[in-house]
Amino acid sequence: MSALLEIERLHLELAAPGGAVPILRGVSLTLAAGSVLGLVGESGAGKTMVGKAVLGLQPAQARISEGALRFDGRDLTGLGAEERRRLLGRDMALIPQDPMTALNPVMRIEAQMTDVIRFHLGLGREAARERALALLAAVHIRAPERVLRQYPHELSGGMRQRALIAIAFACRPRLIVADEPTTALDVTVQRQILRLMKELQSTAGTALLFITHDLGVVAKLCDRVAVMHAGRVLEAADVAEVFARPRHDYTRALFAATPRYDRPADALVPVPADLTERLLAEARTYDEARRRHA
Amino acid sequence: MAERGRGTAPWRNRRVLFGGGVLLLLIIVALAAPLIAPHDPLEQDLLSSFAPPFWRPGADPGHLLGTDSLGRDILSRLVYGARVALTVALVAATLAAALGTVLGLFAGYVRGPADAVISRLVDVWMSFPPVLLSVVLAAVVGAGLKAVILAIIFVDWTRFCRIVRAEVLVQREQDYVTAAVTIGLGRARVLRTEILPNLLPTLLVLLSLEMGIAVIVEAILSFVGLSVASDAPTWGGLIQEGRLYIHQAWWMMALPMLCIIVTVLGFNALGDGLRETLDPVLRR
Repeated sequence: MSALLEIERLHLELAAPGGAVPILRGVSLTLAAGSVLGLVGESGAGKTMVGKAVLGLQPAQARISEGALRFDGRDLTGLGAEERRRLLGRDMALIPQDPMTALNPVMRIEAQMTDVIRFHLGLGREAARERALALLAAVHIRAPERVLRQYPHELSGGMRQRALIAIAFACRPRLIVADEPTTALDVTVQRQILRLMKELQSTAGTALLFITHDLGVVAKLCDRVAVMHAGRVLEAADVAEVFARPRHDYTRALFAATPRYDRPADALVPVPADLTERLLAEARTYDEARRRHA
Repeated sequence: MAERGRGTAPWRNRRVLFGGGVLLLLIIVALAAPLIAPHDPLEQDLLSSFAPPFWRPGADPGHLLGTDSLGRDILSRLVYGARVALTVALVAATLAAALGTVLGLFAGYVRGPADAVISRLVDVWMSFPPVLLSVVLAAVVGAGLKAVILAIIFVDWTRFCRIVRAEVLVQREQDYVTAAVTIGLGRARVLRTEILPNLLPTLLVLLSLEMGIAVIVEAILSFVGLSVASDAPTWGGLIQEGRLYIHQAWWMMALPMLCIIVTVLGFNALGDGLRETLDPVLRR
């Protein structure tokens, strides 16, 4: 399998009053076409920023200081606004974190779905509507005709996330970035949404960059997993490999901190403070070395 | 599943009903002025000057609200004054809203130097008394209805610009705007189809409040003689004339004041009512 997405030693920093703050410290990842890569780590590890950088949505004060982002062999960092617009929605798409806020409250579902279809595929109003109906059926929405006429506030969270997934898959993109797509949903709906994403992903052959902090989700959905902390990838390997033989201490600590039905709740161990300290010290040493090098 | 338009519908709100009623009445009076007014508002009749209104002894049944110093019918002048007030309210407020909204959208979405220039401009504008600014402007441009409208637009676009810009700053960070960008929509498209519709409730509220303000400014300008030709009837002009006879005929000043107060109250009530029913934050 050839790599669809290659991230090479990506450094990203945020401009701040006291000088630039490093957010990503040399992240390297590859994602093969049609496969699923899970990106795990605690809050602030930089996993969301990786997703944003791939889509070119990093905040204005962010700067990619080193490294490369290649999609299908094409460098993404030097892309012009016009080229990026043609890429977004058509070749790569986003499934956002919170379905409650990711749909425009004053637009009907139909307009929000057909926008992307008409823009990228150049279909007419009727054809785009047909396509939207088919997409809603594909995400198992029972009354697609009615849903098209509805506004977001008339739909439940699960329904909205289904609609957003339908929008993401609308042009059969080759890469979808899913940024914690189930954290805002309740547990029963989470399962359905995950199953749906897996189903669509494998039938459409889409590669998925799945950002999450839920190791259970990674086990169910992903082929490979990368563990991040403080802007660094600590370990990246096949899911089975990582779950059977986690190599990094931090990965082991994450497993120990994950609740499981076959273990009592008090068996949960938080990530040890000295381990966090050690990792942060490593990150600082890394920054120091880079500064001296530059 | 939530009902459409939770809370009360705009037309069930008491303030909206009152404000809308006043606006409707004003429109009818202005359009049908020649039919409603018993006399030509400019017609002088020096023999029957200072006729008292109907509730005073010696009233002329032909002049329900009496006549002024030149024998002109006060009711007719009030009715025709509504035309000026309504024209100014609708035209000036709408154009001020359009100008302010365009600049506000631009500043809020593009940011950068354009935003800095527009925002500083608004700051400078707002540090000068608005009424004085319009008086100066009308004096420079020359008297007349057009000057009044221009003066109001020139002064009041800042109200819209400031609020629209702030709203855009909030909206552009919303997830659905990011979502629209990730499906490849361009800046102008995102601004027009994603952000602007979400500003409409706010704009509607601002617009009706601005109409009230426009009526007040027009009254002020006509009071100081900078509005339409001095013998043409405007509410501000009527107040100015009535001022001279306040001790003999207080109603000559009180009646146009009443017209202004009711009209402005109506516009403000309409704005507040719309805010109550349309603002999603207040509605919840």
